[in-house]
Amino acid sequence: MQANPSVELREVVKRHGSTPAVESLSLSVRHGEFFSILGPSGSGKTTTLRLIAGFEHPDQGDILIDGRSVLDVPPNLRPVNLVFQQYALFPHLTVFGNVAFGLEMRGVARAEIRSRVDAALGMVQLSGKEARVPAQLSGGEQQRVALARALVNRPAVVLLDEPLGALDQQLRQEMQGELKAIQERVGLTFICVTHHQEEALTMSDRVAVMDRGRVLQVGAPKEIYGAPASLFVAEFVGLSNRVDGRIIAVDGTRCRIEAPGLPAIQADAPAGAGPGNPVALVVRPERLHLSQPSASNGFDNVVPARVAKTVYNGHEMQYQLHVAERLSWTVRVQNDNGGQKPFLPGDAVAVRWNCDDGVVLAR
Amino acid sequence: MTGSSGLRTDARRTAWLLAPALAWMGLFFVLPLMVVFLISFATRSAYGGVEWAFTPANYRDLADPLYLRIYLRSCVMALATTGVCLVLGFPLAYHMARAPARWQGIWLVLVLIPFWTNFLVRTYAWMNLLRADGLLNTALIGAGVMRAPVEILYSDLAVLIGLVYGYLPFMVLPLYAAIERLDRSLLEAARDLYAPGWAVFTRVIVPLTKPGIIAGCLLVFIPSLGAYITPDLLGGARSMMIGNFIQHEYLVVRDWPLGSAASFVLMAIVVAGLWGYQRAGGVRA
Amino acid sequence: MMRDPRKAWLRAASLGIMMFLYLPIAVLVVYSFNAAKLSTAWQGLSLQWYALLARDHALLVALQNSLLIAAVSTAIATLLGVSAAVGIERLPWRRRTWLDGAFLLPLVMPEVMMGVALLLFFVLIKMPLGLLTVTIGHAVFNVPVVTMIVRARLRKLDPHLEEAARDLGATPWQAFRRVTLPLVRPSVIGAALLAFTVSLDDFVVTFFTAGPGATTLPLKVYSMIKTGISPEINALSAMLVVVSMALVGLSLVMQRTNEK
Repeated sequence: MQANPSVELREVVKRHGSTPAVESLSLSVRHGEFFSILGPSGSGKTTTLRLIAGFEHPDQGDILIDGRSVLDVPPNLRPVNLVFQQYALFPHLTVFGNVAFGLEMRGVARAEIRSRVDAALGMVQLSGKEARVPAQLSGGEQQRVALARALVNRPAVVLLDEPLGALDQQLRQEMQGELKAIQERVGLTFICVTHHQEEALTMSDRVAVMDRGRVLQVGAPKEIYGAPASLFVAEFVGLSNRVDGRIIAVDGTRCRIEAPGLPAIQADAPAGAGPGNPVALVVRPERLHLSQPSASNGFDNVVPARVAKTVYNGHEMQYQLHVAERLSWTVRVQNDNGGQKPFLPGDAVAVRWNCDDGVVLAR
Repeated sequence: MTGSSGLRTDARRTAWLLAPALAWMGLFFVLPLMVVFLISFATRSAYGGVEWAFTPANYRDLADPLYLRIYLRSCVMALATTGVCLVLGFPLAYHMARAPARWQGIWLVLVLIPFWTNFLVRTYAWMNLLRADGLLNTALIGAGVMRAPVEILYSDLAVLIGLVYGYLPFMVLPLYAAIERLDRSLLEAARDLYAPGWAVFTRVIVPLTKPGIIAGCLLVFIPSLGAYITPDLLGGARSMMIGNFIQHEYLVVRDWPLGSAASFVLMAIVVAGLWGYQRAGGVRA
Repeated sequence: MMRDPRKAWLRAASLGIMMFLYLPIAVLVVYSFNAAKLSTAWQGLSLQWYALLARDHALLVALQNSLLIAAVSTAIATLLGVSAAVGIERLPWRRRTWLDGAFLLPLVMPEVMMGVALLLFFVLIKMPLGLLTVTIGHAVFNVPVVTMIVRARLRKLDPHLEEAARDLGATPWQAFRRVTLPLVRPSVIGAALLAFTVSLDDFVVTFFTAGPGATTLPLKVYSMIKTGISPEINALSAMLVVVSMALVGLSLVMQRTNEK
């Protein structure tokens, strides 16, 4: 059993009319992992979720749950439960009635329903609110009911469609931790669809980045953020500074990149790179160091720049730098660096970084 | 591939849901209409029967000035009714929609009660008032406004009053719904941008409640055009409208082909009006 | 707070229109208690016209006919109308348009024309005119009424609710029974109530499809009005006004329970 992936999509194609929503999608989700599908709206991530839930039927390909194809299984017989984006709580039923619904449909005995609903509501900290109707609950509470309604059935897979999308910022951050904790406690496979990169990175064991119906990269959050496989991933996940250029020389694992208006840049060579390749160098804002132009230390790269704008964020200072003609970068500096005086707009500065701080990607 | 099997079952299920109603309406609505349509091209036999033929003669006969006048009168009556209902209904609907929530409910009930009251009874109520020895004349003479009673009953005016009375709720309800949905801050914004009261009305309120206005006008115009009871009870011998004409042809003269043609012309006017409504953007409402 | 003169004007106009709506009805009710037989002069309070009504056997039969027709036609229209509403709302948009038109037509069709068409049809298929033909006629114009009201409610439902039920193991029928139906029930009851009232009130279609034997309440009222003004009609009308008030009240109570 464990040999099979929890959910597997094999070359799934789904078109809405003539526009493809999902194109030749293959994914494999392991047992008990928190798997996120991250992508902008229209990337096909919600369609993917609905394909697994059974509300859409693929035009081609196969979908397997625990190693068995579910193409001919209607939604009510699939061992998956969906937490809907707007929760889709039944407005005419109480919290108890909502959570008990799936168990009743399966003909579970009354006493068992009682104890399982109690346990599920306890897990999402809603004990004592069984008799309320959804309209009497806050947004956060409704979200918890929706989660309990799925968990109580102990499905093979829990599907979550933008689970925190309707919550405000503060609640969203609280729930991120809680959702992950609940998932670890119940040990079920979670597949979560979101357009919110922070959410995907903090909660997931693995993340799939999707764009225009295709999966661009699958990996642990650290890989996705630290070693993006493509420009789209680099720019969609987190803030990044980019400069377009051309490889002028390759020397073992290193290469030199020439970019208009900048001194030659040293970088780790991407696999199969050759002189003349058009590339983009991407560096995260927190990997750049800012100093006086005169200061000297052993960084691989030093680029002069001018401070265009500063934004005070409390714990950090964010600098908007003018690096070259039509090239502006963002640098983040923690505000605990021992009383170093902040730079002011107009100041000349030096931006420094090492080869392993950046990633070179094909353009 | 069996991927779409679920969809196909869904389609079959939907078909079963629709089938009974479609069969019922097909049998007792579409089929009878087709019969009327066919008969409108037939000719009348000597004793009021139908002789199958295919001739546009009935439609040609309808172009007779005598009949044309009935059609024209009906259209004018229906337009006048619609106009009066709009003028009366708008202030009432506006007042209702701007009243405090509790009062809105009460006003709504007050408009709904006549709406649910038997149409014959409501028409009969006006017969009582409009008679020569009715309450209206008695009151007017008593107040010294007039010396001799005026017979209002059995006139075009009586028909107009009856139609307005009968269909006013049809105007008020959609208007109320449209105005109630209107965001109050839009009116304040218009005021803030220097609009005088009349400009707020013509430039903001009317355009935004247009779907309600059009819906109300159609809901009044269509039944007024085909009205039967009101002209029958309140109108005089010369107040005949299309509805009465059709009934007359069918049950009195027993010229079914001509009556059928007349009813198709009536329906054509109604459908044309609706089509115009759709073109005017009624769908967006 | 400043008193707005425009508001005062609106208020006065609204009260005037209410007078216009209620004065005729009020006069009718008041005069149903008038002892006088033929004049508008008030000759003292009397219940004699109500007593006369109670003894009118033909009227009682008409009332029975009306109630029977209304009940049966409402049942047919509600069953067919609700299932059609659910069916139409499940169709893809493209295929809905012509059905929209098909269900709109009976609503806007002049009543006289519907009466004529049914009369011709029944005569042609040699179906004897009577209670049955009237019932069929009423069920025909009430199906679209029910469909329209229930569809309006269905469209306001979250489309994901039925999916949520399916996701939680409900079959299509269970999802409808347990989720959709409870949520649209108030509109179904409201639609049935309206259909019942429209059927009770209908004169034109009944007039054409009734034939000699099947007299309904509106037909009876009509013939009473046509044969001459009598205070007995006042009494009957007053009672019908009270009944319609009760129906409005009932429909409002239904809405209240719905909102709760």
